[in-house]
Formats: sequence, structure tokens, C-alpha cells
Amino acid sequence: MLNPDSVGRTFEGANSITVTQSEIDTFCAVIGETNTTVAPPTFSIRISLEQSQSILSDPSIGLDWTRLVHGDQKFEIFSPIKGGDTFTCSSTIENYRVAAGNEIVTVRSDLKSGSAIALSSWSTLVVRA
Amino acid sequence: MIEVGAALPTHTFTINRELLKAYADASGDQNPIHQNEEFALSVGLPNVIAHGMLTMALVGKFVTDWAGGSSNVTHFGARFIKPVIVPANTDVDLTVSAVISAVEDGSVTLDLTATSAGVKVLGMAKAVVKK
Repeated sequence: MLNPDSVGRTFEGANSITVTQSEIDTFCAVIGETNTTVAPPTFSIRISLEQSQSILSDPSIGLDWTRLVHGDQKFEIFSPIKGGDTFTCSSTIENYRVAAGNEIVTVRSDLKSGSAIALSSWSTLVVRA
Repeated sequence: MIEVGAALPTHTFTINRELLKAYADASGDQNPIHQNEEFALSVGLPNVIAHGMLTMALVGKFVTDWAGGSSNVTHFGARFIKPVIVPANTDVDLTVSAVISAVEDGSVTLDLTATSAGVKVLGMAKAVVKK
């Protein structure tokens, strides 16, 4: 179970991530996108979920990443991602409830370039009972 | 015409096991429910299912094509309500349509519908694009 003290808290990732053009090209090829100058709108899921998982896997937070199902996903893009961009990621547990024994957690991930937020994404994750 | 209530032309994408493997490699999501039928059945699924984020990426392609490129999309969200079921050696459809639900100064909101084999797979799917 999620530690109730974690709700509403923001956890900062320690590492920065650099996006390569090759990663964007590979992602674009799968969906048939030929213009690879900026990343497609959902590309950042690759970074944000991995980062959130590493940031929020601390046992004191209490989120079990092995039993997660993706419930919904939302992106707000302030500045499209390009090859060579470097980001830090912070994760905030915005919402938490229990329904029919399942834990439903909404995690917001902010990708920041310096102090400016390039992209915020919200993942609602269901931890199955 | 860009006006509230106008419909965009429907587009159909093809999803098959090869695409799931390619998306797994491109996204890093190697969960076996998207590639291994035996495993998918063992956890109670009807068959291998597509990554929800692959479905969303393809719907995103529909949006960016209309918007004139990825850099024109500012908001995009959806709820995963039903899986896209992908049997072996089979092409399944992902059929995407949209209606304009709001037009504001410089931005257009699309209400998106995505179905596979006639079943609605995304709920509350919306995108806002600069137009």
C-alpha cells in the first residue's frame, strides 16, 4: 500500500537524461512519422515512466510497480522534445484512492530543461489487488 | 472548415505482432503481455494485447497529421478502456475519427474516437492543437 505521507509530495530525480535523435527516429518509424525534427507527442512516456519508476520505487513510498496497469495518460507539451535535449525529471503523487481493493495512483512527471518545464505528463496507474 | 461539430476524415491503422515488437523495442516496454501469447493467456487476457501507449501513439499520429506536425500539439490525453487484441498472424484495425469540439483563438480541441474490431478502446480521448 502507498504510504499516505507520499501523497502530494514531489520527488526529484537525481540524474539528467539526454534524448538522442536515434531514439526519436526509431519511435517515429514505428508509427510511420517521417518528420523527425521533433518527437511525437507521446514519445516522452519512455522517459517519464522510467524516471518516475526509479524515483518512486523507494520502499518508503510504498508503490508496487510490479502489479501496475496503465489506466489513463495525459500530456501537456510546452516545448516539443528534440534530439540532443537534456532533461531532469520530477515526479509528484497527485492523487490516490482505493476502489474495490485496487489502488489508483495519479503520478505527474515534469521534464525540465534548466528551470523551465518542457512537458508535464499524468499517468493514472492501477495497482491490482 | 474548422468549426465546432466538423468531423475529420477517418483513418485506419494496421496493428499486428510485428508492430508490437517494433513498439516494444522503440519504447523500452518489453512487458510479455504484448508479445507472448502463452504469458498473456496465463494472466487472464484473451490473447496478446497492444500496448495502450502504442494505440495512443497511433492516434497521436492521426492528430499530428491533421495539425501539420508534432510541434503543433499542446495537449493529448486518453483513458485506456478496452485492450486492442492482436492474435498471431493477423492484422487488426485501429480506426480513428475525430470531431472538433472547441475552437479558440489559435487552438482547436479534437474529441477523438478509436476502435478496434468495432470495440471502443479509448475513452475521453482529446487533443488540443495550435491551428
